[in-house]
Amino acid sequence: MKIIETKNLTKHYGKSRGIIDLDLVINEGDIYGFIGPNGAGKSTTIRILLGLISPTSGQATVLGKDCIKQKKEILSSVGYMPSEAMFYNGMRVDEIINFSANLHKQDCTSEAKKLCDRLLVDTHKKIEELSLGNRKKVSIICALQHKPKLYILDEPTSGLDPLIQKEFFSILMERHKEGATIFISSHILSEIQRYCKNAAIIRDGKIIVSDSVEMLSKSSARRVNLHGVSTVPSIDGILDISQQNNTVSFLFNGDIQRLISALNGMQITDMTVSEPDIEEIFMHFYTKGGEQK
Amino acid sequence: MTVFKHEIKQIRMTLLIWGGVVGLMILVCMLTYPGMNSDASNALDNMGALSAAFGMDNLSISSLMGLYGLECGNVLAIGGAFFAALIGIGMLSKEENGHTAEFLLTHPISRRRVVVEKLFATLFIVVLFNVLCLLFSIASFAIIGEMKNVVWDSFWLFHLAQFVMQIEIAFICFGISAFIKRGGIGVGLGLAALMYFLNIICNMSSEAEFLKYITPYQYAEPSQIISKVSIDGMLITIGIAYAAIGVIVAFCYYNRKDIVS
Repeated sequence: MKIIETKNLTKHYGKSRGIIDLDLVINEGDIYGFIGPNGAGKSTTIRILLGLISPTSGQATVLGKDCIKQKKEILSSVGYMPSEAMFYNGMRVDEIINFSANLHKQDCTSEAKKLCDRLLVDTHKKIEELSLGNRKKVSIICALQHKPKLYILDEPTSGLDPLIQKEFFSILMERHKEGATIFISSHILSEIQRYCKNAAIIRDGKIIVSDSVEMLSKSSARRVNLHGVSTVPSIDGILDISQQNNTVSFLFNGDIQRLISALNGMQITDMTVSEPDIEEIFMHFYTKGGEQK
Repeated sequence: MTVFKHEIKQIRMTLLIWGGVVGLMILVCMLTYPGMNSDASNALDNMGALSAAFGMDNLSISSLMGLYGLECGNVLAIGGAFFAALIGIGMLSKEENGHTAEFLLTHPISRRRVVVEKLFATLFIVVLFNVLCLLFSIASFAIIGEMKNVVWDSFWLFHLAQFVMQIEIAFICFGISAFIKRGGIGVGLGLAALMYFLNIICNMSSEAEFLKYITPYQYAEPSQIISKVSIDGMLITIGIAYAAIGVIVAFCYYNRKDIVS
């Protein structure tokens, strides 16, 4: 079953671009990464899915329901964590958590307690006394306490310390095992690579590539490190060159035979060829103007 | 009811402070009654156009209901309208201003429902404000020992008109609140102040009589209500219509508004 589906989804803010002809399909049980630089359109997409803004054209469905007409039904099965966790000043943490549960018309007391214990949240503090990281934790509890079918998380780990990040992801993986679908927007690529099954890269309001994380990582490009030389072989398909201390490093995308011929005769003392990580691929797509090679 | 209860909780301190301050000012004004000598009251009653501006041409400040209408009437008219404006103007806009709209509106509650509950919260808070003021008023009559001289028909009618005026201002501000993100307090208080000054101009010059169709202070004018024991039916109907427009606008616009951070 398709949990999220968008067709030619477009949003303009007056004259400025939001997203253009965005097609996205996320299946049930997936952990989907949505990667892109700031201002690429990640939050715009999420806001349309949640019915906060309406699209200029195109369609969006979540859990098979229309994002405009059946917004309320959708939201009762979604746990959303905004990138900036803002709450009402003057309220205590437990009051906020309770308010959120009441809006869901559910009693989430025991689940909220479990989550607070695991994430080390002090529920008696006032919202304005909390640091960004602690507000983020409250946001996690509000998104998770009603055990939704779909989690939409917008840059969920920013501001969280590494231990809490780890705990947060272990909770998410438990929820995933129970059948939930997870949609994570992020620019922390190691996170996406580690936890997501599929991912899409968005740039300037358009999806430039979407595939399984495994396939994205298995791009034909290779990271080549040459030791003992200080010149770069003069062939096409070389990117992201760095040189230091008699070591040359670059991304090579092309026929490996050409590379071997070009290296022939060079005074190389040692060399490594490895698969680039997703971060390098992302940089590659980002800096190359979005053309997929 | 969740949003309604939440709003009441959020606003209760503001309500207690405003209600308490306006109530106390009414009390203090009434405590001057036994000491108001006739020379001073005559001087206040005979200031020509200025007396007319404040409605003193119809009421004498030396009588109990005259003092109540003129002194307390002004305190309540200004304090009440400003409070109503403050509550109305922040009701919807504060969610976007404080970036809490993203929290509230991503819960399974329709925008329509949010507007309804916030509207009832506004209404309820204005009612509570008036109850507080009434308690102080009645207590002040009791303290100065003038309970038997109160003209209750005039008293209740005056307070009813004040209440309708506050609701009109609150609901117009509520409508504006759907459009704005910040700067609400200035707009709200500015609107209330503008209405007050339009009323003064309207009272002073017959050429500015058309202003009575704009400012709610005209139908809530204590000197008229207390001396005639009646409210201008047409003006109050127009006022209620303005309030209704504010509410309808809020509903239509907020329902399809883009919530952008």
